[in-house]
Amino acid sequence: MTKLTVNGNAVEFDGDQSMPLLWFLRDEQGLTGTKFGCGVAQCGACTVHVDGEPRRSCVTPIGALDGAEVTTIEGSTGDVTAAVQAAWVALEVPQCGYCQSGQIMSAIGLLSQIPKPTDEEIDQAMTGNICRCCTYHRIRAAVHDAARRMEG
Amino acid sequence: MQTTVSPSRRQFLAGSAAAGLVIAFHLPGAGRAKAAADATFVPNAFLRIAPDSTVTVISKHIEFGQGPYTGLATILADEIDADWSQIRVESAPADVERYANLKFGAQGTGGSTAMANSWDQLRTAGAEARARLVAAAAEMWNVAPDTISIEKGIVKSASGKQATCGELAERAQAVTLKADPKPKDPSQWRLIGKGVSRVDTVPKTNGTAEFTIDIKLPNMATCLIARPDRFGAKVKDFDASETLAVPGVIEAFAVPQGVAVLANGFWAAKKGRDALKITWDDAGTEARSSNELIGRFKEIAKEPGTVARSEGDVAAGFAQAKTIIEATYTFPYLAHAPMEPEDCVIRRTDDGGAELLFGSQLQTVDHNVAAAVLGLDLSKVKIKTMLAGGSFGRRATPTGDMAAEAASVLKAAKHDGPIKIIWTREDDIKGGRYRPIMVHHVKAGLDGDGNIVAWDQVIVGQSFIKGTPWEQNLMKDGVDHTMVEGASSLPYAIPNLRVSAHIVEVGVPTLWWRSVGSTHTAYATEAFLDQLAEAAGTEPLAIRRKLLAKEPRYLAVLNRAAEAAKWGEPVPEGKARGLAVHKSFGSYVAHVVDVSVGEDGLPKVERVVCAADCGIAINPDVIRAQLEGGMGYGLSAALYGAIDLENGRIPQANFDDYRVLRINEMPDIEVHIVESDEKPTGIGEPGVPTIAPAVANAWAKLTGQRLFALPFSRAMGKA
Repeated sequence: MTKLTVNGNAVEFDGDQSMPLLWFLRDEQGLTGTKFGCGVAQCGACTVHVDGEPRRSCVTPIGALDGAEVTTIEGSTGDVTAAVQAAWVALEVPQCGYCQSGQIMSAIGLLSQIPKPTDEEIDQAMTGNICRCCTYHRIRAAVHDAARRMEG
Repeated sequence: MQTTVSPSRRQFLAGSAAAGLVIAFHLPGAGRAKAAADATFVPNAFLRIAPDSTVTVISKHIEFGQGPYTGLATILADEIDADWSQIRVESAPADVERYANLKFGAQGTGGSTAMANSWDQLRTAGAEARARLVAAAAEMWNVAPDTISIEKGIVKSASGKQATCGELAERAQAVTLKADPKPKDPSQWRLIGKGVSRVDTVPKTNGTAEFTIDIKLPNMATCLIARPDRFGAKVKDFDASETLAVPGVIEAFAVPQGVAVLANGFWAAKKGRDALKITWDDAGTEARSSNELIGRFKEIAKEPGTVARSEGDVAAGFAQAKTIIEATYTFPYLAHAPMEPEDCVIRRTDDGGAELLFGSQLQTVDHNVAAAVLGLDLSKVKIKTMLAGGSFGRRATPTGDMAAEAASVLKAAKHDGPIKIIWTREDDIKGGRYRPIMVHHVKAGLDGDGNIVAWDQVIVGQSFIKGTPWEQNLMKDGVDHTMVEGASSLPYAIPNLRVSAHIVEVGVPTLWWRSVGSTHTAYATEAFLDQLAEAAGTEPLAIRRKLLAKEPRYLAVLNRAAEAAKWGEPVPEGKARGLAVHKSFGSYVAHVVDVSVGEDGLPKVERVVCAADCGIAINPDVIRAQLEGGMGYGLSAALYGAIDLENGRIPQANFDDYRVLRINEMPDIEVHIVESDEKPTGIGEPGVPTIAPAVANAWAKLTGQRLFALPFSRAMGKA
C-alpha cells in the first residue's frame, strides 16, 4: 500500500507496486496530461514534479513514492506556472503539443530554481525533453519570456 | 495486407486527381432538415453556425502540429468576417464524398497539401455562408443585400440595424441563393496574412488536449502486441500461460501482426506481453544488412535506370566536357519517431458496426481497410480523427496498417468493450515503415569555361508506392515520382541532363518521411552543385544565380536568404557559411547557415537564415513555426538519424540509440517569408530538405571535407 498526494489530493494504491507513476497517473487517476513517449527516461514527455522537483514518471515505481507529493500539469498552479503557460501561449510554442506538458513541467522546475536563466542554463535544464516538432527555438524564447513575466 | 479499394473507388482515386476536382459538398437533404430543426445554419460540409453564434469549422485534415485547424478556420472565418473568438474546429468523419483531399481524390493529409487543396474550396464555402447570412438579413430587414456588411461576426445594415450570425442562423438556413457567391477580393482580407492565434495552443499548454492515447471509455482494455523482430514473420505458436497469470491481463491471442495481449491498463498489458513465449516463422523474411544493401545499390547505380527526365543529349554533353566529376551519396533508413507512438481505440457500435478513434491520416484507406478486415459495409464503420502527437508521414500508410491492426484485434477479441492499442517506443523504432535507404550516383561534365554541359543522376532505392493503390497517381512509365522528385525537377539550366531510377525490392516496409524524395534528392543535388562550383572556379551563390536566371521564385528566396545572412561578407574566425535552395510541394526554400566545429567534432550549426515562398501566406506565424521545426527535423536526421538493418533485424530501440536533436543542438533561426500573390502551396515539409546540404556545404568550406553519406556522425566516424 502506497499513500501519496496527487495535485493536493490524498490517494492510495495497493496494486502492483512496480507500476510506474506515469501509468498510475494515467490509468488509475485519469490524469492524461502527462504523456508516454519512451518509457526509459529518454524523452521527458512524462515529466511531473515529485516533492517539487521534476521527475521522469515513466521510470519511477509507484511503490517508491510513499508520502510523496506529486504535481502534474493538471494540478500545477502558482506564479511560475502562470508565467510559463502565458509565455507558451504568447509565443505559440506548441505544434503537435504532445511533449509540451513535459516541457512545461521542466520549465517550471527550472524557473523555480533559477528565476532568470541564461540560454546555457535553459539548454541544460531542458535537454532531457525531446520535441520531434523541434519547437526548441520557441521553448528557449518562452522560458526567457516567462522569466520576464515573473519579474513584472 | 492489401488495401481493398473497390474498382469504383480506384477509378475515383485516379479520375478525380486528374480531372477538374470539383466535388459537391452540400449536405444531403436529411442533414439539412435536421440542421434546420435546431436553428443551426449548415451551409455546407465545412461549417456550422449555431444560434449562440459559435462557428464550427469541420476540418477534413488531421491536426498533428502543422496547423491545418487554424489555417482552414482562417480561410472560412475571413470569408464570413467572423470574429476569431467565435471559431471552433472539429475533425471531419471519414467520408470521401464530402471530404476528399482534392489533390488525392481520397480523404487524407500529406504532401503538404492541406492549404493548397482547400484554398478555393473553403473560400467558396465561406462565400456561400456569407451570402446566405446577408440574404437572410436583407429579407428580415427588407433592405437591399448590398447595403449589408459583416464586421467581426455582427451583421449590419447601412440603416443601422444589426444582428449576430446566430440570430440569423435559422433564416440563413432557409435561404436559396440565386447566383454563385464570389469569394472576397484580397484587399478585403482581415485575417488571411495577418495572423491569428492557433486554435489548439491553450489546450496544448494545460494538459487538456485529447490525443488517442488519452481516450477514456467505460470497460476499455489496453492492448499491446508482441511483434516479430523480422519484418513479416508470422506466429508459429505461442504460450501465454505466464501472461494470463499476470494480474489485470484479460486475454491473449494471435493476430496477423503478432500476439495481442489485452489487460486493464498499460502496465499489466506490458508485463503480460513480456511474459509471452512465442515461436516465430520467419521463413522468407528479409535477412540482409544495411551495408550489404548499400553495396548492392552502389553497384546498380553504375548503370542508368528507368528515365525520369531527359534533356538534350547526355552522351554528347560529356563528349564536349573538359572535366568530369562524379559523386556517390548514401542515405540510411530513418524512423519518423513522432512523440506519440502509434495507437488506436476501436469499439463495436450499437448498430453492429465499429468505430475507430485515432490519428487517421489517410481516412479513405483506413476506412476501407477496417471495413474489409471486419467484413462490414463501409457505412457501418466510423472513423473519428483525433489530434495526433506528430506524424511526419508515419500515420499515412498506403495499406492502412493501424486500421488493419485494430480491426484484427477487435475481430479476434472476446473482450466486448472498447480496446486501446498502444505501441511502445521500441515497437515504433523497430516497427518499420522507414524512409528507405537510397543511393545516388551523380556525374557532371564542365566545359573549358566552367559551364555545366552534362548532368547524369542515377537514383537507387525501394519504392513504397509500387504495388499499392497509390501507384496510379504516383508512378508513371515505371518511375516512382516519390523517389526522384526534387532531382527530376532540377531547375538549373543544364543543356544535357538525365535523371533515372532503379527500384530495388527489399523486405523492409518503407514510407514517405517528411519531405519524401526531397529528403535525399535535395542533398545530392545541392551538395554536388557546390562541388561543381568549386571545380568551375566560381562560388555557391554565383553559380546558382547564373543557372536560375529564368527561375524568379527560386532566385527570390535564394537572394533573400543570402542578403539577410550577409552572404559574401567576412565570416567570423572558425566558422564558414553555406547555402542550399530547393523546391518541394510547390514551395521554394533557401537556407544559409553558419557552421563551426563542435566539441564532439561534428558540425555545430551556429545560425540559420531561411527564406521561403509558399504562395499567399495564410498564417505567417504558422509558416514560420513549420520552417523552424522543419529545419530542426532535417538537421536531426543530417547529424544523427540512422536505423540499421542487421541480418534483417533492427538494433536500435529507443531515443538512446536512435538519436534525435535536442534543445542544446537547436540553432537560432531567422525566417523570411517572400510575399506572393500565388495560391498557397505546402509548408509542412518544405523546410526540411535544404538544411542538410547547406550544413554540408558550409562544412566543406570550413574543413575541406565533403560529406557523401548521411548522417554526418557516421560519415565522420563519430557515432
